[in-house]
Amino acid sequence: MLHKPFALAALLAASCGAQAAADADLAAIRSQINEMKQSYEQRIAALEQKLVQAESTASRAETMATQAEVTASQASQRVAQPQSSASAFNPEMSLILSGNYTNLTKNPTERRLQGFVPSNGELMPETRSFNLGESELMIAANVDTLFRGTLRLAIAPDNTLGVEEASIQTLGLGNGFNLKAGRFLSGVGYQNERHPHEWDFSNAPLPYQAFFGNALGMDGIQARWLAPTPVFLEFGAETARAMSFPSTDESKTKNGLMSAAAFVHIGGDLGVSNSWRGGVSYFASQPKEREYEDTLNGLNNSFTGSSRTWIADMLWKWAPNGNASRTNLKLQGEYFRRTESGDLVYDTATTAQQGGFRNAQSGYYAQAVYQFMPNWRVGYRYDRLSSGSANIELVDNGTLSAADFPLLANYSPRRNTVMVDWSPSEFSRVRLQLAQDKTRPEATDNQIWLQYVMSLGAHGGHKF
Amino acid sequence: MAVTNSKVKMMKKISTLLGIGALGMLAAPAFAALNIFATVPEWGALAKEIGGEQVTVYTATTAFQDPHRIEAKPSLLAQARRAQLVVAAGADLEIGWLPLVVRDSGNSAIQTGRPGYFEATAYVNRLEVPTVLDRAHGDVHAAGNPHIHLDPRNALKVGAALAARMAELDAPNAASYQTGYKTFAGKWQVAMVRWEKEAAPLRGVQVLVHHSSFVYLSHWLGMKETGSLEPKPGIEPTSGHLTELLSKQQTTPAKMVLRAAYNPEGPSQWISEKSGIPAIMLPYTVGGTAEAKDLFGLFDDTVQRLLKGLR
Repeated sequence: MLHKPFALAALLAASCGAQAAADADLAAIRSQINEMKQSYEQRIAALEQKLVQAESTASRAETMATQAEVTASQASQRVAQPQSSASAFNPEMSLILSGNYTNLTKNPTERRLQGFVPSNGELMPETRSFNLGESELMIAANVDTLFRGTLRLAIAPDNTLGVEEASIQTLGLGNGFNLKAGRFLSGVGYQNERHPHEWDFSNAPLPYQAFFGNALGMDGIQARWLAPTPVFLEFGAETARAMSFPSTDESKTKNGLMSAAAFVHIGGDLGVSNSWRGGVSYFASQPKEREYEDTLNGLNNSFTGSSRTWIADMLWKWAPNGNASRTNLKLQGEYFRRTESGDLVYDTATTAQQGGFRNAQSGYYAQAVYQFMPNWRVGYRYDRLSSGSANIELVDNGTLSAADFPLLANYSPRRNTVMVDWSPSEFSRVRLQLAQDKTRPEATDNQIWLQYVMSLGAHGGHKF
Repeated sequence: MAVTNSKVKMMKKISTLLGIGALGMLAAPAFAALNIFATVPEWGALAKEIGGEQVTVYTATTAFQDPHRIEAKPSLLAQARRAQLVVAAGADLEIGWLPLVVRDSGNSAIQTGRPGYFEATAYVNRLEVPTVLDRAHGDVHAAGNPHIHLDPRNALKVGAALAARMAELDAPNAASYQTGYKTFAGKWQVAMVRWEKEAAPLRGVQVLVHHSSFVYLSHWLGMKETGSLEPKPGIEPTSGHLTELLSKQQTTPAKMVLRAAYNPEGPSQWISEKSGIPAIMLPYTVGGTAEAKDLFGLFDDTVQRLLKGLR
C-alpha cells in the first residue's frame, strides 16, 4: 500500500513537470503573440496616420477646388455686372400686344345698351372677323427719390395713338399717404384701375360699359391714405376735370373742381388660403350739355345737371395654402347705382325743347374664375343692368311722348359669358370666350371670341 | 336709483376696460423695438435669430407658396405700412409683388434705397447670373439665382449685414443685435461642420431638380444637377421634356429627384416611378416640413432627407 502513495506522488510530480514545461511554452507563445500584436498595432497606427494625411491632402485639394470655383464664379459675376453708362438709367418698358377673332350672329354696329345713354366707350366687340387689339406701350421709372412717373400709350388698330395714363406718383410720402397727379384710372370700384390686358374676360362688364364707358379716367389728382391697422383699410379721394363719360366738358373753359370721387377699401386674409377685399366708392360730376344721339330716331338730345354714382365692390380669392400657382378661385362682383337730375334738351339741332330730367339706374355683374390646373382657367360671368324709367318733364306735361325717347325706354340688358384661357407663362394668354348678349329687346347676339394677350419687357406687378 | 348706480358702475367698468385695452394697444409696439416685414420664411427666421425679443417679425409667405407668384394682397399692404424694416431676398425673386407693396404702402421708411429696405442677395455671390437676358430662356433673373439661403455659408454673410442694419435702425438695441448675431453665428458654425460631415456621401451625387431652387445647396454639398423638370425656369413641366429627362437617365443617371415643398409632386413622382430613383421632397425653407421649425431644423432635415434618398 506504501507504493501507491509514492507512485501517486511520482505521477503527480511527473505531471507537474509536464505542466511546467507546457506553461513555459504558452508563455513563449503569448509573448510572441504580444510582439506580433504590438507590431501590427504599430503598423496599423502608421497606416491610419498615412490615411489621415492622405485624406487631409484630398480635402485640402477639394477646398482649393471650391475656392477656385468661387473665385471663378466671382470673376464671371464681375464680368456680368452691368456697365455703367447713361443707358443704364433706361426706364422700365413693357409692351402689350393683343388681337382677336370674333364671330357674331348679329351686326355689331346695331348693338346698344337699351335704356342707357351711350357712354362713348367701345361696346366691345366692335367688329367681326380678325381684329387687331390695342397695343399698349408702358414706360415707367422712378424720377428721383420722391417721384415715380408712368406713361401708357394705347395704339389703336385704326392707327391712332391715345394716352391711357400719364401720371406721377409720390414715393413714400410717409404715414401711409400717396399722391398721384396727371391722367390715371380712378381708384373707384375694383376693376376700374385694371387695364384691358389684366381683365379676366375679353370685354368689360356691362355696368362698366354703361356707367363709365369701360373705365373711369381722370385728369386730376388723387390722394390715398392707408390706415396703420392690422386690417387693410384704405381711403382715397380724387378730383379731376370732366374728362370722360359721365361728365363732359368739351369747351374746357371752366375753372375749379369739376368732378370728384371718394372711395374706401377694406381687406385682409382669412386663414392662409383666403384673401378678400371690399369697398364702397362714390363719384359725382356736373355734366354740361352732354349730348347723345338716340340711335333709334337719329335725334340728338343733351343733358345738363348732376350725376352721382355709387359702387359697392367685393373680391374673394382662394388658393390652397395660399399657393395660387396650381389651383385657385377668384370671385368678383360689383354693384353700380347712378342718379342723374337736371335738364334735358330734346332735339338740340332743331326744336331744342327743354325740361326737367331725373333718372335712377343700376347694374351689377358677378363672376367666378377658376384655375383648375396650372396654366388653365375657366370662368363664368353674369351681368345685368336696370335702366329704370326716366322722369322726363317734356313727356309728363304732354309736350312730347315717351316714344320720342326710344333709347331711354325701360329695359334690363343682360349677358351670360363663359371663357377658358391658357397661359403657358405669366406673360402670355390665349382665351376663348362665348357670350350670349341680350342687351337690346329685339335680338340675342351669340358671340365667339378667340383672343391673345401678351406682354413683353419689364415684369408687371401682380395686383390683387 | 339702484339701476342707475349699477349702470354707472358698469359704465365705469367698461371705460376702465377700454382704457386698459387702449393702453395695451399703445404699449404693444413698445415691447418690440423693431417691426420687421420679411418676404420669405428663411429671412424672417434669421431676423428672429438675431433680434430675439427685440423684434416682431411678420413673414409674408409660407414654405408652401411659390415666392415668385405672390400677389400684392391687402394684408401685405397693411403689414408693410407698419413695418420699419423690409427684409427681402432680392435678385428679382419678389419682383412681381414687392415693388407694388412697398410703393403702395405709403411708408417712407421701407422704400428702396432707404435703410429700411434690405435685400439678402446683395451680400453674397450669386450663381447662374445669365449672360443673355431673353424670356425665351424662361423666367430668368437678371441678378442671378435668388434662392441663396440653401448654402448655409450665405446665412452668415446675410446675418452679419442684417444685424448691422438692425443695429442702425434701432440704435438703443444695437449691442443686443450684435450679440444675437454672434450667438447665432457660433451655433451655426458648429452645426455647419456637423452637416458637412453628415453630408459627405452626397459629394458628387447626381440629382434632378424640379425648379432651379437648389443650386446653392448642390454647390455647397458638391452634388451635381443633371437636369430640371421645368423645361425653362418658371415654365410648367411638359410630358415631352420629362420623357427627354428619362432617356437622359441612361447616359447620366441621377440618384434622386428633388423638389421644394411648394412644388407639385406629380412630375417628380412620374420620374420616380419610371426610373426607379426616389423622389425627395425637401422643406426648401423654414416651415416646409414639421422638422424644419427653424433654420437649424431646415438644414438638419434637408441633409437627413438627402441621405435617405441615397440609401
